[in-house]
Amino acid sequence: MEEIVKVPKQAEKGSGLTFWQRTYVPEIVRGLKLTAAHFFGNLAVHIFHLLGLWTEHRGAATVQYPEEMRGYSSRLRSLHRLTKRADGSPRCVACMMCETICPASCIYIVAAEHPDPNIEKYPESFDIDLGKCVFCGFCVEVCPEDAIRMDTHILDFAAYSREEMIWDIHRLLNNEPRRAEGIGQIRKMK
Amino acid sequence: MMEGLAVAAGKVAFSLFVLLNFVMLLTWAERKQSALMQDRIGANRASIFGFTWLGLFHPLADALKMVSKEDFVPAGANRGLHAVAPFVALFFALISFAAIPFGDQLWIGRHPVNLQVIDLNIGLLYVFAAMSMGVYGFVLAGWASNNNFSLLGGLRAASQMISYEITIGAAVIGLVMVFGTINLQTIVHRQGELLLGFLPAWGVFYQPLGFLLFVTAAMAETKRAPFDLPEGESEIIGYFLEYSGIKFGMFLMTDFVETVVVAGLVATLFFGGWQFPYLYRDGFHLPGGGILVLSQQVVCVIQVLTFLSKLAFFCWLSLLVRWTFPRFRYDQLIRLGWQMMLPLSILNVVVTGGVLLLLHR
Repeated sequence: MEEIVKVPKQAEKGSGLTFWQRTYVPEIVRGLKLTAAHFFGNLAVHIFHLLGLWTEHRGAATVQYPEEMRGYSSRLRSLHRLTKRADGSPRCVACMMCETICPASCIYIVAAEHPDPNIEKYPESFDIDLGKCVFCGFCVEVCPEDAIRMDTHILDFAAYSREEMIWDIHRLLNNEPRRAEGIGQIRKMK
Repeated sequence: MMEGLAVAAGKVAFSLFVLLNFVMLLTWAERKQSALMQDRIGANRASIFGFTWLGLFHPLADALKMVSKEDFVPAGANRGLHAVAPFVALFFALISFAAIPFGDQLWIGRHPVNLQVIDLNIGLLYVFAAMSMGVYGFVLAGWASNNNFSLLGGLRAASQMISYEITIGAAVIGLVMVFGTINLQTIVHRQGELLLGFLPAWGVFYQPLGFLLFVTAAMAETKRAPFDLPEGESEIIGYFLEYSGIKFGMFLMTDFVETVVVAGLVATLFFGGWQFPYLYRDGFHLPGGGILVLSQQVVCVIQVLTFLSKLAFFCWLSLLVRWTFPRFRYDQLIRLGWQMMLPLSILNVVVTGGVLLLLHR
């Protein structure tokens, strides 16, 4: 047998408030107690910090960004870098896979003949226009040589002009990964 | 004659110094206190030669920014009134502090100096009158801007302040009946006595309901959250919409000045003003008997410091309220003022009158 659920025909309004809640006063005192507890708790922590005590306990949720950085997930897609061979030359063989798959058309490769016949080609120039890049990571997935990666954890590459946003092969090759891993961890920067 | 002028100038200078510095520190305290209440850090970047000092330079940076910004007057605005409005608002807020006593009589040699800028018999009425005059500044600002949103903001300011002024007046009538005077210095003197032998005879112990009503209505008078409907900077657009630069800064300053004035008024009326419990003109009268003798000047300094700490505490409380509660809806605000607070304050007057009649029969 099915259970019959009674649906109330009218919305209930204003019920559930007791007399004291409707007078505001006790609830106002409760709210003030809560915020004042936060105030004095944090004030105590900050005073301890000024005295050099209890510094492992953070007094605020704020991350002081240029001086401090949050940890990122290891699979975060950040600024690109080109990987190198043992002799320091780029692993890239200028196969044009990344330039082809790039949905934003932000990769520009000029190929040249490599002296080693086993490698065949190398990129004479390899520019990425970061002003266009959508950080989809297709170029990394499609690369047959593991020559391009997006694991530097560098996100602050803003520039003052569009030209400066175009990174050439030298900058991409010499991108030192910052590797700021560990979600929820906060690291001091130098 | 010259001595009297010098003393008066000194008192005005001290009073304005306290008031304006409190205002400047309040802009800092507002940021820092709200930050602490919300687990943040607060403004801490303004620096002079690398010193940040907990962000204490931010008020200075604000002032510099306000002064150097463009002073914009919209087309079609009434230029004269548009310029006058912030001055009207700030002026009346500033002068209302003058009647609040910040200390007892200080004896310099054989001359008594009353530590109060103007010793008026009608001190309480003067403060209320000056605070009510301030609303002209806001209505003028709204009207002179030639902008309908500003005009609506000015009207909201006017109706809110008129509604709550009545409650303010009615809430202190009970207190005036208890103390029998509206001279603020005398009211403070009367609060120096003891209730039941140990409790300082502060107004809040005589008039707890009057205190609650007065504080609520006075916060509405300062036009800060949860009563900031005349302003509502980011959403509902207030009377200073068409103001920029230092004129806008003056309106912001008016709010803080009013906060300090209200804090001083609450301290004076309900928390004994400059009275420190058990401290009299000749020193501490300990409750168990015995006197800790202090010189008159030391007593005076303690009293002024007591008043300043009470002022700071009530400013802190005002900021705590401002950063805890969300804004009222406008109909809730008016209903609270007319249907709850006004009847309660009249009830307070009636009950006080009945109790006084019974006690003095």
